[in-house]
Amino acid sequence: MNKIINKRQLSADVFRFRFEAPHIARERKAGQFLIIQLDNDFAERFPLTIADADAEAGTVDIIFQAVGASTMKLAAMEPGEKIANVLGPLGTPTHIEKMDGPVVCVGGGIGVAPMHPIVQAHKAIGNELIVIMGARNAELLVMEEEMRALADDLIICTDDGSAGRKALVTEPLKELCDSERPPAQVVAIGPPIMMKFCCATTAPYEISTVVSLNTIMVDGTGMCGGCRVTVGGETKFVCVDGPEFDGHKVDFENMMMRLKAYKSHEDDHRCRIGTSRGGA
Amino acid sequence: MSAYTSPEQLDCTALKLLNKYDGMELKAKDRRAIPQQDMPSQDPMERRNNMEEVALGYSEAQVRVEAMRCLQCKNAPCVAGCPVSIDIPRFIAKAAEGDFASSVAVIKESSLLPAICGRVCPQEKQCMESCTVGRVEKDPEKSVAIGRIERFVSDWEVQHDAVAPIPVAPASGKKVAVIGSGPSGLTAAADIRREGHEVTVFEAFHKPGGVTVYGIPEFRLPKAIVQRDVDSLVEMGVEFQTNFLVGRSRKIDDMIKEDGYDALYVATGAGLPKFLGIPGENLVGVFSANEYLTRSNLMKAYEKGRAFTPMYAAKKVCVFGGGNVAMDAARTAVRLGAESVHIVYRRTENELPARVEEVHHAKEEGVEFNLLSSPIQILGDEDGRVKGIECQRYELGEPDDTGRRRPIPVEGETYVIDCDACITSIGNGSNPLISQTTPSLEVNERGNIVVDEETGRTSIPTVFAGGDIVLGAATVILAMGEGRRAAAAINAMLSN
Repeated sequence: MNKIINKRQLSADVFRFRFEAPHIARERKAGQFLIIQLDNDFAERFPLTIADADAEAGTVDIIFQAVGASTMKLAAMEPGEKIANVLGPLGTPTHIEKMDGPVVCVGGGIGVAPMHPIVQAHKAIGNELIVIMGARNAELLVMEEEMRALADDLIICTDDGSAGRKALVTEPLKELCDSERPPAQVVAIGPPIMMKFCCATTAPYEISTVVSLNTIMVDGTGMCGGCRVTVGGETKFVCVDGPEFDGHKVDFENMMMRLKAYKSHEDDHRCRIGTSRGGA
Repeated sequence: MSAYTSPEQLDCTALKLLNKYDGMELKAKDRRAIPQQDMPSQDPMERRNNMEEVALGYSEAQVRVEAMRCLQCKNAPCVAGCPVSIDIPRFIAKAAEGDFASSVAVIKESSLLPAICGRVCPQEKQCMESCTVGRVEKDPEKSVAIGRIERFVSDWEVQHDAVAPIPVAPASGKKVAVIGSGPSGLTAAADIRREGHEVTVFEAFHKPGGVTVYGIPEFRLPKAIVQRDVDSLVEMGVEFQTNFLVGRSRKIDDMIKEDGYDALYVATGAGLPKFLGIPGENLVGVFSANEYLTRSNLMKAYEKGRAFTPMYAAKKVCVFGGGNVAMDAARTAVRLGAESVHIVYRRTENELPARVEEVHHAKEEGVEFNLLSSPIQILGDEDGRVKGIECQRYELGEPDDTGRRRPIPVEGETYVIDCDACITSIGNGSNPLISQTTPSLEVNERGNIVVDEETGRTSIPTVFAGGDIVLGAATVILAMGEGRRAAAAINAMLSN
């Protein structure tokens, strides 16, 4: 189980892996994620999103950025090797329903990967789809072809203008909110700061905005509470209550602070692994 | 309990007693005159800095002398106090004779995990509570140290390579799924497998053992012991499927209808950790005991430099709660390098739910107790990291429904403890995953699975449940007792 079938390097530190995981491929739904651990004794458990799956072939696709010690080790693995432990699918699946107006999906960086199954599900139910993809530069855009095939309209933004518009994703999002056919729902997945500003953009229009959170996690099954976030003043667990929440109620400041809990430790590990490459 | 005495001194004292009593026809009066044998332990100052087991186990002389204290009561009140009804006087009599192989064989008639139970059962609230020796002394702590004897003989069996394989009946053609590999699941798996049924144990983590591997620290229960018990189940032909979360990786309905399981036993354990609901609880540096202990135990974060799972660096740690888990968390914090560790508890030492032995060990290791105190808010710095807690002082009032005196806040009396990490250890709710994904499974308002008390059967006829998911937070041995009962009901159902 968990044998790597295929590996593609999408940019300097972004990889797409396909591996065998028949249970996950069969059961997973849009919005769910998995946890990987590279050995039984000393490796850490880390959550990754599911970019795609093939139930027939029993394979799952992940897209990840090699930013920490464990993701760098994963990135160094080759087809034929096996990932020691993969648990999933985890989290509550996305609630998909037929909407009256367009659904706008905003993906930042590799946040486009977990958005892919959600976009597929909206497409399958017949929702009109506008996809906004954002990245620092053209090289860091992932799954553009897949999105182009699914979206009724695809808007690409880069920070440096090397592809699409030179803009932050919130710019076209605001234009859509102001347009004659404003979004019936917005889905935003990406770095916390991007999700925060997407929510700030849609809030004045009172447009339902769903975000998918990726927090620090140990077990991923509701046992440890390490992933907890404040949503509407209440404590919620990302692994069982989420990962998707009403973005207008999420306390992003608290979440971003909690994400930095082990920052000095991670820096330490990076030094020991002998690379100084920074993360996003 | 007395000041620290070395294992060598304890053994020496026991040898003298053994020479005196061995071969003698002991009367009840003689037996009552024998002092209880202290458990040898690592020196507190040394063990503060290591994860190795604190209690070292009796010597051969000690175990025989301690076993000689047993009065061999005809009515055996101790057996009634044991959730799995071990024939206690009989195994103790064999230990007193020095026939350890027979002694452990008696235990194994009723319990397959004696090395674990001997270490973590709260014997003073179970078998030892009704022991006649303790009754006479008016203190269950002074009863015959049943658990220590149990531990000795089960360790002896392993050290002497004398573990007898457990016989398994011919294949029945029936298939059973056990969900969760904690004490309840392991017990049930063994009992069901013995009858020749095919058994698969599903575990969400990468290692089997449940709370015995993620929760209980190495210094109280070495993980090698759990692994040994798991290995013996594997030898019996029990299959383990790790990294499999029933409810998500597969739904119970599909396991019944599509995967062909004739029966299922749900023993998924405790669930969502509870928090106090006070301001500041989501600051950086606030952990559930579950998370703190899992990082250290299962993910081995205490092995700095080897483990990739980080442990939050903290010099001053406050632990909220007074149970065994709180003691485990506090003592883990000591070992991870905290300079001071405080247990913050609303009532007094008399009401602490933790075992006396655990409290004693914690104090020996330098854990401080802030009693009659409860946190009312956690204070953070500008980066959102914990910098202290504000506590409310309490006094004890009238007894509440549990018979314990109710803590009442003393108005206006608050104080601050500076600290850089907090660990909440105030219990767990139930995990909603299985009930949410199995609509026909009946649960109560707390989310615990509703079962028939006699059999452990749930609202789905072929699904049984037991352990913490039914009981709420309980003990290892109660969970094992439930596993045993459900296994008997499953075996009966499958034989028809």
